[in-house]
Amino acid sequence: MLASVVHILPLTKIRRERVLPVPGKVQVRRGQKVSANDVVAEAKVHPEHLLLNIARGLGLSEDEADKYLQCKAGMQVAQGDVLAGPIGFTKRVVRTPKNGRVIVAGGGQVLLEMDTPPLEVKAGMPGIVSSLIEERGAVIEAVGALIQGVWGNGAIDFGLMNNQLQSPDDEITPDHLDVSQRGSIILGGYCGNGEVLKAAAGLPLRGLILSSMDAALLPLTGRMRLPVMVIDGFGRRSLNSAAYQLLTTNDRREVALNAQRWDPERGNRPEIVIPLPVTVEPDLPPDTDTYSTGQQVRVVSAPYAGILGKIVSVLPGMTTLPSGVNAPAAEIQLENGEKAALPLANLEILE
Amino acid sequence: MSTSLIDADSVLAIDIGSITTRVALFDVVDGRYRFLASGNAPTTINAPFNDISEGLRSALDKLQTVTGRGLIGPDERLIIPSAPDGTGVDLVAATISAGEPLKVIVMGLLEDVSVESARNLAGTTYTRVVDTFSLTDRRKTEERLDTILRLRPDLILVAGGTDGGASQSVLKQLEATGLAAYLMPESQRPDILFMGNQDLRDEVKATFEKLAPIHLAGNVRPSLEHEQLEAAQSQLARITRQVRSRQIPGVKELDVWAGGGLLPTQAGFGRIVRFLSKVYGATKGVLGIDVGASATGIAAAFEGELSSRVFPNLGLGAPAREFLETGPIDAITRWLHVDVHPDDVRQYLHNKSLYPASIPVSPEDLAIEQALARQSMRIALQKTMSSFPEKTLRYGAEVTPWFEPILAMGSVMTGAPNLAQAAMMLLDGLQPTGVTTLVLDKNHIAPALGAIAAVNPLLVVQVLESNTFLTLGTVISPVGDARPGTPILRIRLAYEGGGETTVDIKQGSLEVLQLPLGKAAQLHLQPLHRTDVGMGGPGRGGKLRIVGGMLGIIVDGRGRPLQLPSDPARRQEMLNKWRWMLSC
Repeated sequence: MLASVVHILPLTKIRRERVLPVPGKVQVRRGQKVSANDVVAEAKVHPEHLLLNIARGLGLSEDEADKYLQCKAGMQVAQGDVLAGPIGFTKRVVRTPKNGRVIVAGGGQVLLEMDTPPLEVKAGMPGIVSSLIEERGAVIEAVGALIQGVWGNGAIDFGLMNNQLQSPDDEITPDHLDVSQRGSIILGGYCGNGEVLKAAAGLPLRGLILSSMDAALLPLTGRMRLPVMVIDGFGRRSLNSAAYQLLTTNDRREVALNAQRWDPERGNRPEIVIPLPVTVEPDLPPDTDTYSTGQQVRVVSAPYAGILGKIVSVLPGMTTLPSGVNAPAAEIQLENGEKAALPLANLEILE
Repeated sequence: MSTSLIDADSVLAIDIGSITTRVALFDVVDGRYRFLASGNAPTTINAPFNDISEGLRSALDKLQTVTGRGLIGPDERLIIPSAPDGTGVDLVAATISAGEPLKVIVMGLLEDVSVESARNLAGTTYTRVVDTFSLTDRRKTEERLDTILRLRPDLILVAGGTDGGASQSVLKQLEATGLAAYLMPESQRPDILFMGNQDLRDEVKATFEKLAPIHLAGNVRPSLEHEQLEAAQSQLARITRQVRSRQIPGVKELDVWAGGGLLPTQAGFGRIVRFLSKVYGATKGVLGIDVGASATGIAAAFEGELSSRVFPNLGLGAPAREFLETGPIDAITRWLHVDVHPDDVRQYLHNKSLYPASIPVSPEDLAIEQALARQSMRIALQKTMSSFPEKTLRYGAEVTPWFEPILAMGSVMTGAPNLAQAAMMLLDGLQPTGVTTLVLDKNHIAPALGAIAAVNPLLVVQVLESNTFLTLGTVISPVGDARPGTPILRIRLAYEGGGETTVDIKQGSLEVLQLPLGKAAQLHLQPLHRTDVGMGGPGRGGKLRIVGGMLGIIVDGRGRPLQLPSDPARRQEMLNKWRWMLSC
């Protein structure tokens, strides 16, 4: 059975496509070194338009008004520029109220596209531009530690990681945050208090890495500009031991926190990249696998959510679970010493 | 020697769900079509495959193993038509529910007339209405233009104007759409389905044919009083197929296999429900419910007239967290027979959205999933009932109309630990009235049968007759306003093999009467205290012949609508008592 794979790796090659949802302008070149916050490509995704009725403005019919047009499609215009006219004794004109570009001019109307901030796609991690994707973006490659999570609020940043965890099941509280952490990325545990998020935004931090979070905080987190990433899920869950080990041993290192939303269709997950120097470049990790004996897995749902284990054997046929449901399953030796038969659908292979 | 009246066509049915890809093989055995076997595998629509073909191939491999019949040739292609050596199949029928729902903007004139009809049309398949433009909408043309550019819909549904009625206001509505299509990259332009004033067809077509894919359908609101979705519905199915083919690798090839007849799963399901209503030909309707991972679908047919709706926000997989937006958490937790804190239910729903394929391991998690199934059925039925024909027979506006039978599918029911749990979910979620039969589609073949019906109706009839669907049992649900504990129904069950049983049912009770699988009996019903069992009015009874299903006869005297105790402890006690009665 095809398995789902999550990457929590101390050293790997990472290759990421960073692309716009619509055609736009690529801002990097092949071979260029980029940092996490560098803009790879930008496009006008949410343009604002203004439809001006020239005919009414000049007091003419549509056909007549077109004769007095002073602009044409594609022309850049600045606030106050004359679009049509003058006409009559009073030299009546129609001016553009804002800066923009003429999209359509004719039929007694002018459609303007206003200048609005473009959508920027950032590199998301420090690395090298390995190839360009025409009008869309680029492929970035890096080498380092990689820790993938399950939820992110869509923001990206880069900074020094500051560990606030004493153990994987710690909860982060407002007391953990003070002004000395301004500009850093905090590694916290479970977050069940909105005041933590408010304090993080107030300092401000550059990012927040959480083992788990109360789902009630999602609306607040979604509005925050600093990246917030959840590694193991919603509700109180300990940080999985692989991520705990990797993150705590890299305390005070610079990390790239790409808290993008998990997009199963494109395979994008929120992730932390810790750039590391190497002499020999490692391989790319596999994105697919099938379940087999000896693999390290993470359990994704209760009653062992977030616990790591090893597949002792993939059980034949269907297995009856404690719930009474029958499902394809594997026998797992869990790191807490227990052994359990768990459905394959609830396991992610750690690669 | 029997003579077959049918061509010996083998049929492969394929359904691409958001979590599971299922394949089923039908062929002629002893001169009649039979369901032979099925296979399934995880759907591979997402990364890293991003192509449904991989999952389909795995499912076909399993089917080949089970049947010993070669389906894939050495060239890695499906063998079609079948070869003289018995490999391959003659016909493919395919349905799909996988993929994000189509993003739809609905456009019309009056909110409760054309806009409502366009919305109703959108609700018949896997769509999400992301915005609505109407006459009451005060946004300027450029604001509507920006909205379309921002939302990037897959489809714009344009209704408005009765035939021979309003025209200028309809064309005005279309202004922003034209501008948006002009400004968008060609590959991202939405399909447009015009189904308004038919006098405007030519003008609309001429305006849009060089700008965007334009489709025309009959007016969904030819007059203010009359809604007519059927013509637009088949166009919508065609557009959905085209959009899916563009968006999802592998779908185009699947559609070719299916001879261009790939259907949305709900469309196939709706067809089979309508088909059943014609077969039964009774005054009661036929109800179909599909509680899936990506959506809950409901189809009800009354003498061939179909009401069909899809609710992408009521899926038990990725959309699970959206249940929290449908009402208070109590609406879900009221169905829990075990102690689970409402906060834990919230977290569960969010985690389920992250891992939609995950399977409940603990009894508590299973209880949450089954509570969601109940709630999804409640909401889906309540929201669909308004579209049932006025002539629909029922006890009252607030209760489920009389249906016979009720066909159910969805992994939450077919994969339940026992059939009684599936029946319990249906009883609580749909709250049937009168006398009905609960039927479970264990192999998820109903949508495929609907797709096959168009090309091989004989197969559908014969497969249905072959007991491919699992009969859970007959359900008797008297309706009335008697006090709890009052006798409401006297049942006399005369077994065809001899012997009889008489029982009095009290208001508030849930009981099971034994009738072995396949055994027939005469059921005599005598309502007491003017309760109604759908036999001609309150207090009126009668007799009918029934055949035993897996669970015998379930008599649900709990009342309609079902009132659960407000005290949590008392409620849990009741739920557990009912579960015990049904041997859940």
